[in-house]
Amino acid sequence: MARTQAGSGPSLGPGVPPRDTQEPYGRGKVDERFAELEDPLHEIPDDAIVDAAAIFRESRVDEVLDEMDRDLIALQHVKGRIREIAALLLVDRLRRSIGLEASAPTLHMSFTGNPGTGKTTVAAKMGKILYKLGYVRKGHVVSVTRDDLVGQYVGHTAPKTREVLKKAMGGVLFIDEAYHIYRVDNERDYGQETVELLLQVMENERENIVVIMAGYKEQMGRFFADVPGLSSRIAHHIDFPDYSPDELMEIARLMAEQQRYRLSDEAERTFTDYLKLRVGQPQFANGRSIRNALDRARMRQAIRLYAGGRDGSRLTKKDLVTIEAEDVLKSRVFEGGFYQEQEPTDDEARTD
Amino acid sequence: MTTGVHITQGTFSYLPELDDDEIRAQIQYGIDNGWAVAIEYTDDPHPRNIYWDMWGMPMFDIEDAAAGLHEVNRCREAFSNHYIKVSLYNRKLTKQSIALQFLVNRPQHEPGFRLERQEGSNRAVQYTLTSYAADRPHGERYSSDGPDASR
Repeated sequence: MARTQAGSGPSLGPGVPPRDTQEPYGRGKVDERFAELEDPLHEIPDDAIVDAAAIFRESRVDEVLDEMDRDLIALQHVKGRIREIAALLLVDRLRRSIGLEASAPTLHMSFTGNPGTGKTTVAAKMGKILYKLGYVRKGHVVSVTRDDLVGQYVGHTAPKTREVLKKAMGGVLFIDEAYHIYRVDNERDYGQETVELLLQVMENERENIVVIMAGYKEQMGRFFADVPGLSSRIAHHIDFPDYSPDELMEIARLMAEQQRYRLSDEAERTFTDYLKLRVGQPQFANGRSIRNALDRARMRQAIRLYAGGRDGSRLTKKDLVTIEAEDVLKSRVFEGGFYQEQEPTDDEARTD
Repeated sequence: MTTGVHITQGTFSYLPELDDDEIRAQIQYGIDNGWAVAIEYTDDPHPRNIYWDMWGMPMFDIEDAAAGLHEVNRCREAFSNHYIKVSLYNRKLTKQSIALQFLVNRPQHEPGFRLERQEGSNRAVQYTLTSYAADRPHGERYSSDGPDASR
């Protein structure tokens, strides 16, 4: 059937915004001088000037990257990769402005790293970053696990997966613990179907969706080995390293700040000692352990204030926002690194 | 190019065919208004045929029109010689009806309609429309071996 080209037809009717605000993928406008050329690569003189400054300003890319620097501690390597991606998208836009079309770059990613290294946090930021850079149209992040993708009986999987994929279109699909999708030892597992559909959509709809798979390093490595063609469809494999004690301290400070708390100087010193002990213990989960430790310190602070308040002493705002050294010191980590191997992980509070 | 009698049903049907970008823009307009996107197809072109087949479930929770267009294209692949329309349903209380509906696909050849006259009592004439395509059984209309193959 014939489809008339855009522009030759009448307007789209009432309520439809004018065309130029709907520019898909923020491709930007093509310079009028070069818009009509058949073969811009050879027809445009090599010394033609590109209005780079305007496009840099318009994309607000610095704003995005600054925000990322502010909100994420350490992760230099990860930030470097995101900078590279930002640069690529920006140059892509510059090229397009003089009519040098190129296919949209593949931006599917895999995040590997130990628990609590910030994979989910970065993925949530990624949607925002790609939206501001004009790569995705909506920038929402749909976070799913195996349960949301794989069905329970024959014929259930494909519609289920497709539903999720459609929901994520225009944004980012974040698959946590992606290696669970496919179980190589069980050939009747429906995960295979999900993987096939994922591969197909990652290839054909890459202008509409960015898939980010996350998981622990070894398992993801095995997953990629088991599913041929998946690893090569993912352009960016980003590894999240563990944090150093100094970085963890910085994270603690930022987290306390975000929750409107303050660590007293002495508490900071104690917390540093705490970290040194905690890092060496089993089931240390980087940022997540810091959050848990802070939550417990808050609890102990609350008990301290509660006891004090009953005695009739006066509380000030300073008391409410300050976490003292004793709130940290009561942690069991200081009692010779108390840890019970047989204790389940679900209640970390009891074990340290 | 389609041939025969160009059927006009739904919004925009007197305009030239919408291209994919225009369809995407219309769907996005619906999503932005909070309307659900549904895709329906049929091979019975009669204007009173309101019961079209649904292509999958209506999409209530999509954010971007690319998902709608993705389904349109899948439906086109499966039923390239059918009528396919996109319906945007306004679920708001007191509305609860189709807000916008337009054709996105039609058969290569649309043979049109025959006007039938029935003489009643007192020489009163009753008129009815019959689609030539509907002479053939459901699913075989507009098939690739030519719309008039049965005649």
